[in-house]
Order: sequence, then C-alpha cells, then structure tokens
Amino acid sequence: MKERVAVDLSRLPLHGMGRASVTWWGTASFMLIEGTGFALVVAVYIYLMSLAPTWPIDVPPPDLLPGTIVTLILIVSLVPNYLTTRWAERQDLRKVRIGMVVMSLFGIAPLIVRIFEFPALRVSWDTNAYGSIVWILLGLHTTHIITDLVDTFVLAALMFSRHGQNRRRFGDVEDNTMYWNFVVATWIPIYGCIYWIPRL
Amino acid sequence: MTDSVLEPKTRDNELDRPLLEAALTETWKTPSGFWNTLSTVDHKIIGKRYIFTAFVFLALGGILAGLMRVQLAQPEARLLSADRYNQIFTMHGANMMFLFAVPVMEAVAIYLVPLMVGTRNIAFPRLNAFSYWIYLAGGLLLWIAFALDMGPDVGWFAYVPLSGPQYGAGKRADIWAQMITFTELSALAVSVELVVTIFKQRAPGMSLDRIPLFAWAMLVTSFLVIMAMPAIMVASTSLILDRLVGTHLFNPVEGGDALLWQHLFWFFGHPEVYIIFLPAAGMVSTILPTFTGRPVFGYLALVMALVATGVLSFGLWVHHMFVTGLPRLGASFFTASSTAIAIPAGIQIFCWLATLWDGKPVFKTPLLFVIGFIVTFVIGGLTGVMVASVPLDTQVHDTYFVVAHFHYVLVGGAVFPLLGAIYYWLPKITGRMMSERLGRWVFGLIFTGFNLTFFPMHILGLEGMPRRIYTYQPDLPWHGLNVFVSASSLVLIAGFLLFFFEAIRSARQGLPAGPNPWNAPTLEWATSSPPPSYNFPRLPVVNGLYPLWEQPTELFVAGGLRVDRRELVVTSMAAAEPEAREASPRNSIWPLWAALATTVTLIWSIFSPWAVVWGPIPVAITLIGWFWPKGTPEDES
Repeated sequence: MKERVAVDLSRLPLHGMGRASVTWWGTASFMLIEGTGFALVVAVYIYLMSLAPTWPIDVPPPDLLPGTIVTLILIVSLVPNYLTTRWAERQDLRKVRIGMVVMSLFGIAPLIVRIFEFPALRVSWDTNAYGSIVWILLGLHTTHIITDLVDTFVLAALMFSRHGQNRRRFGDVEDNTMYWNFVVATWIPIYGCIYWIPRL
Repeated sequence: MTDSVLEPKTRDNELDRPLLEAALTETWKTPSGFWNTLSTVDHKIIGKRYIFTAFVFLALGGILAGLMRVQLAQPEARLLSADRYNQIFTMHGANMMFLFAVPVMEAVAIYLVPLMVGTRNIAFPRLNAFSYWIYLAGGLLLWIAFALDMGPDVGWFAYVPLSGPQYGAGKRADIWAQMITFTELSALAVSVELVVTIFKQRAPGMSLDRIPLFAWAMLVTSFLVIMAMPAIMVASTSLILDRLVGTHLFNPVEGGDALLWQHLFWFFGHPEVYIIFLPAAGMVSTILPTFTGRPVFGYLALVMALVATGVLSFGLWVHHMFVTGLPRLGASFFTASSTAIAIPAGIQIFCWLATLWDGKPVFKTPLLFVIGFIVTFVIGGLTGVMVASVPLDTQVHDTYFVVAHFHYVLVGGAVFPLLGAIYYWLPKITGRMMSERLGRWVFGLIFTGFNLTFFPMHILGLEGMPRRIYTYQPDLPWHGLNVFVSASSLVLIAGFLLFFFEAIRSARQGLPAGPNPWNAPTLEWATSSPPPSYNFPRLPVVNGLYPLWEQPTELFVAGGLRVDRRELVVTSMAAAEPEAREASPRNSIWPLWAALATTVTLIWSIFSPWAVVWGPIPVAITLIGWFWPKGTPEDES
C-alpha cells in the first residue's frame, strides 16, 4: 500500500513530562491497584467489626502514641515532598539531590517509630480476628513505606550519578513523590481504623 | 549497508524504504540465540508465547475433563478414586479459569492491541516479559504439584473451612492460593500495560471514538482486572496467613467469618466472568464488520454496553451466595442487579444482529464461530437470568444445571469467539491461511459436540444430580444421560483435535496470507503478515474508525521518528494528538531474573514466613538491574 506522510513528529520532545509520560500513567495504575487493595482490607476490618459483639475483641484499644507520631511525621514529610516535586519540575539537579536525601530520611523515620507501633497494638496477629486484621493493615502499609523507601534510595543514587541530569530522571522523581503522597494519603484512613474506631 | 544508515539521530524521513526497513530492523530486532530469546521484549514474540502456553493449558484441562467424563459414564465407576477426582475437578476449573481463559484473552491483546492502535511495542515491554515468566511459573507450580499428588482438591473457589487449616491438611490448598498470586500478578501487569498502551500510544488521530472495539473491550477488561483482582489477592494471601501463621480471619471461633471468604472471592469472581467475556465481545465486534462488509451497527452503543457491563459486574457477586442465608432484602437487590446486566448484553446482541441483517455476510469460518457464539451465548444468558432468581437458584444450586449454565456462557461466550478470532488473526501471526474446508468441519464438530455434551446437563441438574460427585449409584435416574454426555464429548474432543492439527499444519503449509487477506479495515492489517519487529515502517495516522476502508489506496503516515533508538509516539488521551517521541525499552534479561527471584519467594512463602523477609532482597536487586540506565540512546531526553 502506498504511504503519504501526513504528520511531522520531528519537533516533538524526546520524553514527555507529567501526563505525557507513560511512567506517570503506569504509576497511577499501580496506585489504583494498591488503593483497591487498601480499600478492601479496610472493608474486611469493618466487616469483622460488624460481626463482633465487642470491638476490639477482648483486648484494650491500641496505644495512641507511636501511631500518632508516625502520622505527624508523614504529614510533615509532605512539605519536602512538595518542594522536591517543584524542583524536579524546574529540573534543578542540585536541589533535587537535597530533596531526595531529605525524603530518604523521611522514609526511614516512620519505619523506626513503626518498630514500636506493632507492640503498641496490644494484641498479637494470632490472638483473634481483630488482632489478625490490625496486623495486616499495619503490615500492608509498612510494605508500602519500605517499597517507596527502596525506590527513593535507588533514585537518589541515580541523581548523584552521571545519569542524573536527564529530563527522564526528573520525571522519575516526580512519579516517586507522587507515590509518596499516595503512601501518606492511604495511611490516614488506616490510622483512623486502627486507632480511633476502637475508641468510638 | 546497515551500519552506514545508523548514524546517530537519523530520522525515518531521511531514508528511502529499503534503507528505512534495514535500519529499523537493526534497532528493533530480537537476534537469534538462547539468551536473546529469553531477553526479548517484542510484544509479538511474547504474545505468541502466551497464546501457545494458554492453549497447552486448554489441552491439559481438556484431558482432565475427558477423564471426568469417562468416570461418570457409568455408575460406581472405579477409574478414579474420590481423592483423585477432587483434585481433577479442582485442577480443571482452576486451570481453565486462571491458566487458560484470562491469560489467553490478555495474550491475544498483547499481540494485537499495539498493532491495532498503530504503535511499535506495548507500553512497559519489560513488564510484559516479566508477566509471561510469572504466568508460566504459576502454571508449572500448579501442574507439577498435581503430578506429585499435591494438586489442590478444594474446588476452584476453595471455600473455607474446607481449605482452611483445620480441614485442608498438607500443602494442597496453599498451592491453589499461591497459583492465584502468580496468575493475578501477571494479569495485573498486563492490564497496566494495556491501559497505558490504549490511553497513550494510539496512532495520531485515533481519538476515543476511533478506537477499534477490541481495544475498547480490552481497556474496560483491564480496569476490571485492576479493580477486581486485588480482592482475590487479599483473599488468597489471608488464606495462606490463616494456614501458615495462625491468623483467624476465616475462623468463626475467634471472631473471623467463613462467609467473608465467599464475599472476597466472588467480589473478584463475578467480574472475572466479564474479564473473560468482554474481550470475546470485542473480538466479535471486530470480526463482524469484516465479514459483513459494513461498519458495525451502533459503535457508541457497543462501547457504552462494554462500560456498563464493567460497572454492573461489581454489583452482582452475592448471587453466588443465595443459599448462604443472607438477608432477604440483600438477595433481592442482587437479583435486580443480576437481571439488569442482561440489558447491556442484549444491546450488544441486537447491534451484532443488526450488523448481520444490514450487511452482506460472507460465511467464512470466523463468522461461523461468531454465529455459533450468538446462539450459544443467548441460551447461557437465558439460564443466567433464571438462576439470578433466588427461588430457582436455591433449587438448582450446586447441581449440573449450574455446570451447564456456566459452560454455555464461558465456552459459548468466550471460547467460540476466541476460536473465530484464531481463524481470523492466525494468518496475521503466521503469515499463512488456515483451511476453510477443515474450518467448517472444526466449527461443525465443536458446535454440535458442545451442545450435545452440555445441554443434557441442564436436565441432569433438574433431576437433582449434584456437581463434583465422583460417582453415583445405579438406582439413580442419571445413567442414560451421563452416557450420552460422555459419548458426545468425544465429538467435542474430535473438533478440538482437528483444530489443533489444523493450526499447526497451516502455520507450516498454509497458503500465503498477504498483508490483508480478509479486506479488513483495522490497522493490524496495514502491515505485512507476520509483522516486522518494528510493526510499521512508518507509524500510521488515522482519521476514521476503519482506516483501511477509508484510505483503500494510500495510508496516511507520520514521519520524523529516529531510527537509531527504539522510538514511538505518545499521544494525548482523548484526541490522540502527538505529545512526545518516547523511547521504548530494549531487550533485557533482567525481567527473567526478577521473575525467578519472585517465584522463589512466593513458593518459599508457602512453607515459611521468613521468605517474606529474605525473598524481597534478591527481588529488589533484580529490579535495580532492570531499571538502572544503561547509557543507550533510549535513555536520552
């Protein structure tokens, strides 16, 4: 079949940013998958609660302190996360490097507090169904912090390497900060479930 | 010659056709050799592997079905023990749903969607390679376990408490649960690839109202996978936790609930039916215009029906649980929603009939399968409306009536269109035509064999024969029909054997197909059969729904892409206006290593919770190897 060139693509950029990037859409799709997973686990929590005569089942509510500290750290982390996004948009490599180091620290901090959060639940996963579901909620969210932290480490190392000065990498940083917002946003309903619903 | 054209930053419009093809081949090829074969990220090679593997699983599942039919052909048969029979019906169901039906639809999409939307590779091609290895590992896990007498024996939906720690001793139920994790991981990965390919990699000009209906169907299906499969992953993971570390999610004594399992399973399980059916509907809507010579009737209505089916499919799951003693009001709601989904299904049927009515049908084998589909699926749909009603469902629940119903909707609704699709698209994949004469025989044997095998099961069910029994007593009135069903299944098996023979024969000896043997209108027919590694020498530009009919002599194309790096065009979501010349990743062995590390972790975690602690370390290392930039032109921006 004969062909006729009808569109000239030669002036297009070699990489799209934001919603012109396929990685942005890939990250968004994975957030939808994981968000559905979180929503389902929260639904299981509420379902089990609706069946139980008392909630929590035969144990006191969790100790508020460690979980609340994690919540505060996560909320505060949104500020450097936002700044890192802006710096990545402006492709300011020096500031992005600082931002990635700061965000690595903000990934480590909640994990340290979380070591104390599991005992603060005051129930074991194999005590009863209440214990099982709060451990699953907390464990699932911890997995997400660890995943994002490893991703942040690798990306931070990349930004300090010769591959750093590249629009593609700044796009990766933006996707990484977007994912961190997701990790923080999903924590809020889980925090409410674990710590405040048992106190209602 | 090739070296001389591969100057850095060479553009396609600087080269004449032979040089352009040589340069693109150099950039996009999968070289021969063992490691190159394992490293490929070409969606066509991976798609073929997926299709081939899925059909192998179909054949294996068919053998299991044959064994069950031999066993049931006479009362008190002793061919299979009760324990072996339990494994066989579980394996048959799990294999057909998780290793055949869902993967084969995604497999066809992996091959076709990038060609249909006019791009050079699927989005995230390395994830695509990873998904295939994970799928293969999940299939091997299930079948090797079965060969070792460790096959799951708890039914394809593995209800607790039967599958729980108290009754499901050994590792059989864990094999089932972890096979789920493998296949869902792979399906989720493919869905993300398809969503992004369809949203962002369409040919310039392919606005939302010009997307081929098969691609629309796969888009809706992918969203169903994304929203439904997390439910089964939550369920299967919870089951393993209950069995391995003593959580109590499904243990009523400690505040858990057995029905919770059914809610989680069917919240996934009902959309699963549409995950299988919607791609088939998309195939039908794509095949019909070609063989009726007119555009499909009611494009917008068909798209809306796909979307409506997808949305409604999440509101039906409780109709699988009508006999569990749920509140009456809840049951009535789910009866209403289950009946409501017949509306978008009906809209599609009437659009297809209108296309046939107004067109000039050419009754080639693909169209025969489409017509066989319409007939069979309508029968299955009618019994579906019947079992949506609580009193009737209560009567026939867990009987052969239900077995008949879901084989009518799944085989009639999905396998018939799939076989039509193979007849239609295999010439594109192999470059050779399948025999029309044998095709009529295949259709005749399968259509007749299917109806003779499964229609009598309605009657067996109404006569009270429960599903999943390994034998029955001679004084029960089921013997005659069971003999008839078993004998009829031989016709069905003969049809499938002839189909397999013909598919393999035509790939070697069929007549050459040429680029567009059916005078079809969509973009996959705008390139050679089989397509080159880069799909299109120049990316197509479209200004209608049926580009090859609208531009019969001259195809509009885009120019200006670089040929020294794997480059394709990213377009805007609604209007498909070009946004960027994006790079597409090169071949890599890392997805295979990542899949192996993941496989070790997942299988290890059946036996020890420490797998979850140590397993992710090699997984993370392989992922870093996968994503770390290699300084290729693809990394430029």
